[in-house]
Amino acid sequence: MKQQMMLGAALVLAALPAMAETPVAEVKYVDGAIAESLTGAPGDAAAGAKVMTNRGQGNCVACHVISAMPDVPFQGNIGPTLDGAADRWTEAELRGIVADAKHTFEGSMMPSFYKTGPYIRQGDGYTGKGFEGTLPPILTAEQVEDVVAYLVTLKE
Amino acid sequence: MLRQGRTFLAAALAVCVAGAASADPVEGEELVINGDITLVTRVAPAASVADALPEVLSGWLFRDEATRAMEMDDFDNPAMLAVDVGLELWDTVDGSEGKSCASCHGDISSMKGLRAKLPKMNAAGDDLWSMENFINDCRTNRMGADAWKWSGSEMTAMTGAISLQSRGMPMSVAIDGPAAEWWAKGKEMYYTRTGQLELSCANCHEDNYGNHIRADHLSQGQLSGFPVYRLKNAKLVSIHNRFKGCVRDTRAETYAEGSPEFRALELYVASRGEGLSIEGVGVRP
Ligand code: HEC
Ligand code: HEC
Repeated sequence: MKQQMMLGAALVLAALPAMAETPVAEVKYVDGAIAESLTGAPGDAAAGAKVMTNRGQGNCVACHVISAMPDVPFQGNIGPTLDGAADRWTEAELRGIVADAKHTFEGSMMPSFYKTGPYIRQGDGYTGKGFEGTLPPILTAEQVEDVVAYLVTLKE
Repeated sequence: MLRQGRTFLAAALAVCVAGAASADPVEGEELVINGDITLVTRVAPAASVADALPEVLSGWLFRDEATRAMEMDDFDNPAMLAVDVGLELWDTVDGSEGKSCASCHGDISSMKGLRAKLPKMNAAGDDLWSMENFINDCRTNRMGADAWKWSGSEMTAMTGAISLQSRGMPMSVAIDGPAAEWWAKGKEMYYTRTGQLELSCANCHEDNYGNHIRADHLSQGQLSGFPVYRLKNAKLVSIHNRFKGCVRDTRAETYAEGSPEFRALELYVASRGEGLSIEGVGVRP
């Protein structure tokens, strides 16, 4: 049953028109902002919220407080709170910050989520082992769009 | 221009949040062990790190009250069980030569002061050695015994027992002469942003001590408590084991425990803690 569902989902995905997903190397930053959706489609805010709290994915709450997520324990305070982020930044700017915040904040401690390197001593996830070849970005284009869709809801 | 204004706003917000969320490191608390020995947990930085840290702070100051209390009484300090094992091993004959540590060094109190000076150049002057290297050198070359694993339970028990002999002594490593290159290499490592998360030691332990990264309350990553008893692992943890975990958390390829890289890093990090009392042996979450 589960397998059938997964197969079904895979078929649906395959059936979608090959939407123009922007590869990492072709992303255009203008003053740190990315104008166009990386998938060519709007993201899903609910899925974005999950990406943001998952340790292996965005793990944004490791460094940011998000008051709209009161159920998520132990939110960190390395970066500014994300409350009201959409009042301070446009969607395009938020997309740029999520994809690679170093274009907006020089030397930022915030990791670059839509980047493939080069990295110094790149590892295989959190295993401590090295990784040969090109690492996929931490977040997929779709996940970046999902996170952006969530962030634009953060108005005060 | 606009961009700079916003960056500044973000930075200002970051400061506000950090200030509001936690007042730690704890103020006005002293680390007094067994109601008797007062340890230095705050000290002015040595010249070599004065540009990096306004004040040098022991990791103890960043721990919660219960964890701090555990370290203040040897009956409550879970590390002392391992220390007892170490004391026993000190007197235990092992290897083809029929010797124990005590056969050559006498009472373990002869090790007083050693922890505070490590890592340091070996006698031949051609390598920088951590305590584990000195111990294994005795085991293999003088006792005819097998080397212990760097972070194995015998080794951490022994480094714990030896560190205890220096309790209360100020950390003070040599960073000149032949150690200078090692120190420079360690410093470079400390500021290099590694792994897919591109984080350096300094990002967490210099720029953000006192802040929280998820549930973790960041300290300055000092070595004064090592080997520390980690409640999470329920055992003593070596310095290099801790380094490995921190590097791994940047999604990087770690270095091996005992590697020249980690020994260089150990020297540099030790120098950042100059003046802190050796805790012999700390308790951490
Ligand atoms: C390791 C720490 C860290 C992580 C993880 C992190 N950030 Fe950030 N973020 C920062 C810092 C620090 C800043 C402030 C900019 C600066 O000074 O570099 C920032 C700034 C931002 C800003 C601008 C904030 C404002 O209100 O002006 C947004 C939006 C943002 N981050 C979103 C995210 C999202 C979304 C994620 C996860 C996908 C994330 N961050 C993960 C550290 C982090
Ligand atoms: C992503 C954040 C991060 C980075 C990068 C990082 N650490 Fe840590 N480190 C931690 C956390 C969290 C702890 C546990 C809380 C504490 O003591 O700060 C810790 C603890 C330590 C401790 C134990 C301190 C004590 O009192 O027990 C040492 C030593 C240390 N780190 C050294 C380093 C060194 C050296 C590097 C670079 C190779 C490094 N860390 C990089 C997060 C980090």
